[in-house]
Amino acid sequence: MSGGAAVLGEFAAALLDPEHPLPAGLVTRNGTDPATRFAVYRNNVVVSLVAALADTFPFTRELVGRQFFDAMARCFIVAQPPRSPVLTEYGDDFPDFVALFGPARALAYLPDVARLEVARVRAYHAAEAEVLGTAALAALLADQDRLPGVWLTLQPSFAVVASDHAIVSLWAAHHGEGRLDGVDPARPESALVLRDGDDVLVLPVSVGTGAFVAKLKAGSPLGEATSAAAAREPEFDLTHALALLIRHGGIAACPLPGDLDS
Amino acid sequence: MTSPATVGIGLKSAHVRQILGSGAALDFFEVHAENYLVAGGPYLRHLEQIRERFALSIHGVGLSIGGTAPLDVRHLDRLKALLHRFEPAWFSEHLAWCGDGALFYNDLLPVPYDAAGLSRVCDHVDQAQEHLGRRLLVENPSTYVEFADSTLTEGEFLAEVVRRTGCGLLLDVNNAYVSAVNHGRDAWDLVAALPAAAVGEIHLAGFAEDRDGAGERLLIDTHGLPVADAVWALYRRTLAHLGPRPTLIERDQAIPPLDVLVDEASRARSVLTDASLWSEVAA
Repeated sequence: MSGGAAVLGEFAAALLDPEHPLPAGLVTRNGTDPATRFAVYRNNVVVSLVAALADTFPFTRELVGRQFFDAMARCFIVAQPPRSPVLTEYGDDFPDFVALFGPARALAYLPDVARLEVARVRAYHAAEAEVLGTAALAALLADQDRLPGVWLTLQPSFAVVASDHAIVSLWAAHHGEGRLDGVDPARPESALVLRDGDDVLVLPVSVGTGAFVAKLKAGSPLGEATSAAAAREPEFDLTHALALLIRHGGIAACPLPGDLDS
Repeated sequence: MTSPATVGIGLKSAHVRQILGSGAALDFFEVHAENYLVAGGPYLRHLEQIRERFALSIHGVGLSIGGTAPLDVRHLDRLKALLHRFEPAWFSEHLAWCGDGALFYNDLLPVPYDAAGLSRVCDHVDQAQEHLGRRLLVENPSTYVEFADSTLTEGEFLAEVVRRTGCGLLLDVNNAYVSAVNHGRDAWDLVAALPAAAVGEIHLAGFAEDRDGAGERLLIDTHGLPVADAVWALYRRTLAHLGPRPTLIERDQAIPPLDVLVDEASRARSVLTDASLWSEVAA
């Protein structure tokens, strides 16, 4: 490797660590300390990545306030810098970081709110699959005996966020439906997240329906998904859950190769 | 492009509905490739609708051709699929690095202009052009520091990259101005050093102004303000020298209403029109 490689290595090391000495071999036209100029790069890196996280987590940011969020985001950026230039994927690990972030520990619901926001961004950018037609669907579901072994392919944008906290009510209050201080955050809620046209919807679902959809998304056949749902919610209603999916075009005609990437 | 006075702006999601609904007096839009490396959804659908009505420029900010690490082949594959899908008129990247093979810094970082840097950049441009099956336009950066190791000027460096790889250039007139002020040079030295025929696109943008350690002007390439008068003057002189080139107004911060950007683009169009008349007279 050339000398340039060493300089750029030192440059990179100093970007995210303000304590790290500046790389040797930087020059300025007037011979001044390059620190002020190097600070432009340090600032660009951190500020642009904080902005990217703020785009993904607007509600998390609202809940904790801009100053707190930006400080928490900076800690995340230093601890886990992006590994890909595709920043729509950068927030995926942020909720787990929030869960372990000491100063935010009092807000027990915050990591799941952040998970809901990750699910929304993923839904927004998910692949689209052709919706399974009603005739094909009817044929698939006609034989009661074979039903447990039937695989349904979910529309790639569909996802469930199950929480011990009232994430759907909090989300709704954020959008002007009800008041934030009227929500009991300790009530467990599950969200079905899906893309409808240009919008991403966050729908409240029962814990059983949430488990059912999550199982289907994970590739389980209908019987296994139904058992999992019934185990969580004895009164789980399969017909109701399927109707919800069908109403939102959630059952796809066939798996897409792109699903595996998204 | 049919018209010599070809102008565009960066596509912003806040403007998409208005553009698709009532059009815009523009010839092309430019998007950052990395924002569209997604599996599906509205971004791609809207871009397809835009592409049906306007020419497209795709501008990469993540390839790191100036870096010491090997190019990310998976990223090249994703770019290739995007370029295949949208068939843009231009694809450009920066004379900069933005990662070290493991981490991505989301900024356009400076390259030492020495023999080793030149051979690295040329290898990366060759690899990208071969992988993507098309010509790359390489953009001159805004820089805030220089390297003691540099032995070539930025203009000499870029000219040599063009000579060795056959790539084109994206001349960012704002970057030329910003870097010239920051390093006490004449911006014209860069423009004059570039092989004119290689310049395939021009960028214009606004900068912010700060002070360095000695209290002297330090310009920051923020894309957050209208194009400065000094940059318009440099643009006019550049077109008189090069002839008209497709020109983009970039704005990535403090995004104003669409009409404001269209007005700025129309100002570029009038400079382009003057330049094309002048080229005809001179020819």
